[in-house]
Amino acid sequence: MSSTLLLIQLLNGIQLGVLLFLIAAGLTLVFGVMGFINLAHGVQYMIGAYLTVWFYGMTGHFGAALLLALLAALALALFLEFAVFRHLYDRDHLDQVLATFGVILFLNQAVKVIWGPTPLVISPPEFLAGTFRLTENLNYSIWRIAIIMIGFTVAGLLWFLVTKTRIGMLVRAGATNAGMVGALGVNIRRLFMIVFGFGAMLAGFAGSIAAPIYSVEPGMGDGLLITAFVVIVIGGIGSIRGTFIAALLVGLVDTLGRSTITDILKLFLEPSAANQIGPALASMAIYILMAAVLFFRPEGLFPAQGRRA
Amino acid sequence: MRAAAPALVAFMFLAAMPLLAEFWGGSYVTGLIMRAMILAIAALSLDLLIGTCGLVSFGHAAFLGIGAYTAGIAITEGTTDLATILGITIGISVLFALVTGAISLRTHGVTFIMITLAFGQMLFFTFSALSEYGGDDGLTLWERAYAYGLFEFEHGLFYTIFGLLVAIWLLLDRLRQSRFGRVLLAAKENSTRMETLGYGVFGYRLTAYVIAGVIAGIAGALTANEAEFVSPALSAWQRSGDLIIVVVLGGVGRRSGPVLGALAFVVLEEGLSSLTHDWRLIFGPLLIFIVLFAKGGLASLFERRQA
Repeated sequence: MSSTLLLIQLLNGIQLGVLLFLIAAGLTLVFGVMGFINLAHGVQYMIGAYLTVWFYGMTGHFGAALLLALLAALALALFLEFAVFRHLYDRDHLDQVLATFGVILFLNQAVKVIWGPTPLVISPPEFLAGTFRLTENLNYSIWRIAIIMIGFTVAGLLWFLVTKTRIGMLVRAGATNAGMVGALGVNIRRLFMIVFGFGAMLAGFAGSIAAPIYSVEPGMGDGLLITAFVVIVIGGIGSIRGTFIAALLVGLVDTLGRSTITDILKLFLEPSAANQIGPALASMAIYILMAAVLFFRPEGLFPAQGRRA
Repeated sequence: MRAAAPALVAFMFLAAMPLLAEFWGGSYVTGLIMRAMILAIAALSLDLLIGTCGLVSFGHAAFLGIGAYTAGIAITEGTTDLATILGITIGISVLFALVTGAISLRTHGVTFIMITLAFGQMLFFTFSALSEYGGDDGLTLWERAYAYGLFEFEHGLFYTIFGLLVAIWLLLDRLRQSRFGRVLLAAKENSTRMETLGYGVFGYRLTAYVIAGVIAGIAGALTANEAEFVSPALSAWQRSGDLIIVVVLGGVGRRSGPVLGALAFVVLEEGLSSLTHDWRLIFGPLLIFIVLFAKGGLASLFERRQA
């Protein structure tokens, strides 16, 4: 494989990693702070994408659509928190899995009923559409670069928010011992609601910016949700830094695995055998990575301080 | 006996089902009930892990895949003897359970959930890569296993599945009440205390994990024979999720739970989907209501009434 192709795959891997980070950040905070397994987090991503397409159709302006989609996604998340999730915080994990799975079934089908089962497409804002010259004979999408930039900016902001502000301090304290934070007079219910709404909005944002490059279809969040869980478990639950590193790692391993494993296998296997084993092994790569990490470090790479898994 | 009563009533109902289907529904209904019974067998085995051991496996459908593909590949290659197929299934299930169990059981809580998911997904992608045996599209079987003439009888397959369901239910019920089961239940409450008392909790749990895997493997082999079709989707994570739903729906760790859960799951799915194409719009909220308002699943509804 040529070095240009490798460069493209590297960029694609980082771009996937960034998207995974935006989804996984909310997941790890909700899980770390509230001990709440939210399978419906992937649906928030899907909703974000659909709302962006929908508002884009109405306003004709990508920025406005993005903003409206974020607000609507936040409103939906707060409603779900109020109506369903709030009653599950002190239940065991199994109940949470079951109820949030119910939310997935409902919203996936609702989206199918409202917008139809066929995938929708949307183009990025004009000044970021198109491609630029990466090397002499290869162009790369500007929008993907923009996603990477946006992702790193959000990661930086999030790091600032969590480590340098009062609300971030409460979130970190909540991840270590939520009961103690409540006993010290912090309104823990409100803190939970803020964390939940914020996390869901990040997932919706990921959906918005992913809408121009992936097909917008019912169930689009389900596969990414499982990958996001892989990310937070590898990174260490409740840790933003761990999630960021793990997201990039998983994005790169997945993307590079899919493009190189078959070729690597061809070096010492029959081509037909390599063509058969390669794709399977590439799909497995992130799970093998996770199993290996968990085997040696059951708490993940960067466990949040003071937290016991 | 009270906690077992709903299951016993369900068994009597199931035994009469082929007769009842003569009047209403015919082979459509018996096919549906066969699927429910196989699901019940798989859910019983998962409840041994969740209910008795407190281990939430999110990759249990892997064993369904092992059983189904063993049967599918064996029949395609011309080995149709049922005993041979079940023997190979059990052998592979034991091996897979020993290896993945020995690794997974080093972890606990959410890490256990995720690592079992990882093993399940690895198997799912392995099955998808079997291009000689259908790959992603799955494998259609042109005949069933040869069960010494048993399947040639009318409803032979139905009563084979029914018999296995009852036998496995009895076996797991005895197991739960045996010394072995009590050690597992105690370790679920407090594994450190059991270790201190001198019990090798790891060994007990690994044994339970292997037993659960073998039973789910058998359920998989039955699925292949019932549907005469095998596909990687059998071992996808969604299928593992379905199994967890069945166990929770029926009632975790309750004697009648998995059987009631499986029947309710299949009947709800079919009933609602015959009502409307968008049945998930009803099924989703229904799941939420069950979790919020019926703690302990369907089995607990019966128990409360009797108490």
